Parts: sequence; C-alpha cells; structure tokens
Amino acid sequence: MNERTIYLDNNATTPLHPEVIKELTNSFNIYGNPSSMHFFGREAIDRVDWARDKIAGLINADKDEIIFTAGGSESNNMVLKHFLKTSASKDRNKLITSVIEHPSVLETVRELGKEGMEAVFVGVDRKGRVNIDELEKVVDDKTALVSIMLANNEIGTIEDIRKIAAIAHKHGALMHTDAVQALGKIKVDVDNLGVDFLSFSGHKFYGPKGVGGLYIKKGLKISSFIHGGHQEKGLRAGTVNGPGIAGVGKAAEIAVLELEAESLRLIKMRDRLEAGLLTAIPDIYINGDTDNRLPGTLNISFPGAEGESILLYLDLEGVAVSTGSACATGSLEPSHVLIATGVDIENAHGSIRFSFGRFNVEEDVDYVLSILPGIIEKIRSMSTFSKKGAE
Amino acid sequence: MGGPDWVYTETVKDHFINPRNILTDEVEFDADGSGTVGSMACGDEMLVAIKVENDIITDCKWKTYGCASAIASTSMLSVFVKGMTLSAGYKITPADITDQLGGLPNHKFHCSVLGDRALRTAIDNYLEKQGRDNPFKGNTAVIICECKEVTDQDIEDQVKRGVTTYEELQEKTEIGTVCGKCKDKTLELLHEYNHLYGGSHG
Repeated sequence: MNERTIYLDNNATTPLHPEVIKELTNSFNIYGNPSSMHFFGREAIDRVDWARDKIAGLINADKDEIIFTAGGSESNNMVLKHFLKTSASKDRNKLITSVIEHPSVLETVRELGKEGMEAVFVGVDRKGRVNIDELEKVVDDKTALVSIMLANNEIGTIEDIRKIAAIAHKHGALMHTDAVQALGKIKVDVDNLGVDFLSFSGHKFYGPKGVGGLYIKKGLKISSFIHGGHQEKGLRAGTVNGPGIAGVGKAAEIAVLELEAESLRLIKMRDRLEAGLLTAIPDIYINGDTDNRLPGTLNISFPGAEGESILLYLDLEGVAVSTGSACATGSLEPSHVLIATGVDIENAHGSIRFSFGRFNVEEDVDYVLSILPGIIEKIRSMSTFSKKGAE
Repeated sequence: MGGPDWVYTETVKDHFINPRNILTDEVEFDADGSGTVGSMACGDEMLVAIKVENDIITDCKWKTYGCASAIASTSMLSVFVKGMTLSAGYKITPADITDQLGGLPNHKFHCSVLGDRALRTAIDNYLEKQGRDNPFKGNTAVIICECKEVTDQDIEDQVKRGVTTYEELQEKTEIGTVCGKCKDKTLELLHEYNHLYGGSHG
C-alpha cells in the first residue's frame, strides 16, 4: 500500500548496523564452543573477549567487569534478585527504585517486596526526574540497593545518576542503573556516574537482539543467576552466545567512534520535528524533560486523538511510532511513566513517542510534518473532543 | 504499508480508514435523540445521534474518541442500525456489532460495548423528549465503571454474596481502579444494596 517506510521507533529496538551484520555473519562461522580448550574453542573465546573489551571501552570499565546476558531484562533481574539472597536475613533489607522504571525492574522489585524485602518506589516530577528530596528521605542504613534508570524509554528523561549514587553510597548502599536506553546515545562513564552495577542491551544500539550484559564493579560479587556451568564467572551458566556477543562488540566499537556526531544529528532532527508539530497542530504537549533528554526521543500528547488511532493512521502512511495509550497495550491503563509525571490520563491515552536512530534522515522529518497534521485533524474531527472544543 | 496483517479484520480496517456517517454538524443533523457514553479518561467516548420516524431509526450519526476498534464499531453500528425498529435497536448486543466486523481481538471487545450502550442512551433520550414511556428500560444492566466494565448488577451480586465495603468490592471486581470517576455512583449503589440486602448489618 505504501512504498515509503520510516522507522521512528528506535527506542523499541534498532535495525542492525551493516558492520554488525558483517560481524555476525563472520562470527556465525566461528562455531567452536568458547569453553573448549582446542583451537576452535580458543578462536571463539577470542572473539567474545574482544567484544567484552569493546563494551568496557564504551562505558569506561575494565573488561573483567562485564558479564554477558540475554538482554537488559535479564541483567536487571540478575542484579535485583541477588539482594533477596543476601539481604533477607540481614540488616540491609531495603530496595529503592523509581515509579518510572522499565517493567523488568518495577515488577521484579514488587515481587521481591512480596518475598520479604522492603520495596520503596520513589516518585518523579513533571519532567520525569526522580525526586531527590524524597529519595534522600528513604535511603537509610537499611538500604541494600538503589536502582534508578539512567534514561527513560518512553519520555527520554535523563536522571542525575551521579547525585543519586552519592546519596546511596553515603548510607553504605549499592547503586544500580538500568542504562539500556542510554548506551550508544549519550556518554556513559561508570566512574563518573559512580555506579556499582549497570545493565545494557545490544539491540538498542544497532546490535542483535537477545544479547545484553551487566557491569559489576571490581571487588563486588553477586550470586549465580543460572546454575550449571562456569561461564561468565559462574554467574550465568550456559554456552556463551559467541556470534551475538561479537555483534554487540562491533556495535559498541562503532558507538564509541560516532556517538558525539550522531547524537548532534539526532537532536537536530528531533528538535525540527518538535518545532514543526508545535507550529502545525494546535493544543499539543511535549512530555518529558526538554533540558535533559535522550537525543532522538520525542514524546507528544495529542488531546482529543487516541494514541492507537494515530499510530495506525501513521502505519498506513508507512511511519512506525509507539504510543502510551492503553488501547495499544491490551490493558486499560495508559503509560505508567506519563501518569507518574502527572500527565492527565486523557493526554496519556493520546501520547505518541517518536524515537530517531542512525538510519533516519532529515527527509523523514519533512514527511511526518507533511502527513501528521492532517491525521490529527481527521481523528479529532470524528472525536467527541471536537464537540467539546466548540462548546 | 504492506507486510503482515493488522490485528484487525479487513472490515474493521475499512471502517477505520473510511468511517461512515460521522456527525459533522449537529445543528444540521437535528437529532431526534442522542446519547454519550464512556469517557476520554477511560480511553474511549462515543456519541450516537439518531433520527426516528414511526419508531423506525431512519438515520444514525456518531462521534467517537478511541482506538481503531472503537471507531470501526460505531461506524458499523451506524450503518446496520438504519431501518431497524427502536425495539430491535435497543436489543443490539456488543456481539452483534463485532460479528458484523468479522470479529475483534479479545482484548478489544470492551471497545464495542460502548456502541450498543450509546445507541440505547440515544433511544432513551428520544423517548424522553417525546414524553413517552420507555418500554425497554430496566431490562438491561447498566455499566457503572467504564474502565473495568462493572455493571450495577455486578455490584448487586457482590453485595448479595457478602461484600459490604468499597474496598472489598474493588478487590472482587476492580471497580474504580483506573480513573476512579465512578466512585460516588458506586458508593451510592453500595449503600442502596447494603440497605436492601442487609450486608452492612450482618
């Protein structure tokens, strides 16, 4: 139906970088088990070690501090669940996180709360920034871990992790950050942030799906997450996904080289789309923190137009976005992130997230600007909203 | 664009892309009866307006705030309701609408529930404007909580089974757990049913 397709959902996942595809293709032929001592095994583990080094380089860590997993959700589960094992019977029994975390943190912490830990959820302000005052009040000498995301997937708000880590450490607690949305998009330096654990995922920065990892600061130990083998320091048993890891290593290598220029390019496109839509469409609102935001992320509420309808009309025109509307998720509750920032429930239903990536070009912005105002007008004209507007 | 199909049938897609009978000018249409149900807070709101001659629905126009299935449901309803008697129109069920659409995904069924209720509200409004008795009313459950689709009958049933407080009712039915706008109405009904069935005294 539509020849042209524009992918503006890069926070959901990214296409593979052509160099990553090459790396994967080559690595798929390295079939030895990385745990084997013979030549084939050594060839495979060499590539995994090379990738570990590249990831470490991207976040200013040592390669011994990187554990590979099957993705961000697993990394988050791995670090959080460790604290149930160690803290349940001890004095440090409190887990603190925010209300806008990814479900793999939110639901895991909620679950650990049911299993005996004290789970505390700190709120955010209208921009999605964690309330520091509130955090300072709840972090105490009973706190085992503070886990706050580095950047939010829906609105792109970047948290002040350095400050939050300092608060955690002041009370002897450890600090974890879910950096899945941040890697490859903004500069991430574990020393500068002062974090003890950091989760990442390959497919958010042009690597393959199903591969991610966890940074564990030197000197710290966590318990085994999958038993039955010595792989990844015994934390995660199972034959290592050599090709996938090599692909993520290549993605990290590219990110180090291109991050700065690429983020400027994304900001330029994002800002032009934002300004263009604000001019062309009446009564719309930007969600998130325009001063501390991921380069390619733009979240807008279109009152009177329901998100799934907008998404599908854009889909018909070949444009892929996502929405915080309940209708698109199958539940009846709209985005927990937008609601936590105080966005009206009506506006949360009418929210659309555009997320740019390296394969977007300026013409994509022009195209969206040429079709979206008409789509919103059409949806609003058949909506009960138009009646209200006339009153 | 092409590629894999939508979660919706081709009929839903057609009514979503080319919605029929949108109410563009309320003054010009000069409805004999109209009704609005749902709320934007719950994600969908529908207005249905009808013209009636000799107890036959001769025209139907609408406005809907909602997802593709909500839009397609109202559009489809406005097409097949024309020519129906008020009595037949009042008996339309959500399943009648979804059948005409070739089905909806399970989690979207809620979106078609509004269409039949909006039509009933419009018929109620028509009869009321005419100063006529409403022979249809009272035979159907009324949804109190739009978000979780809890009806007055559901509340009555729960009270009969021993529920007395709002919190207990929420635990059983999830009523008012999304937008919360139905709380006052719910408390009123709860009070009434508690009075009727003696729950709060038991």
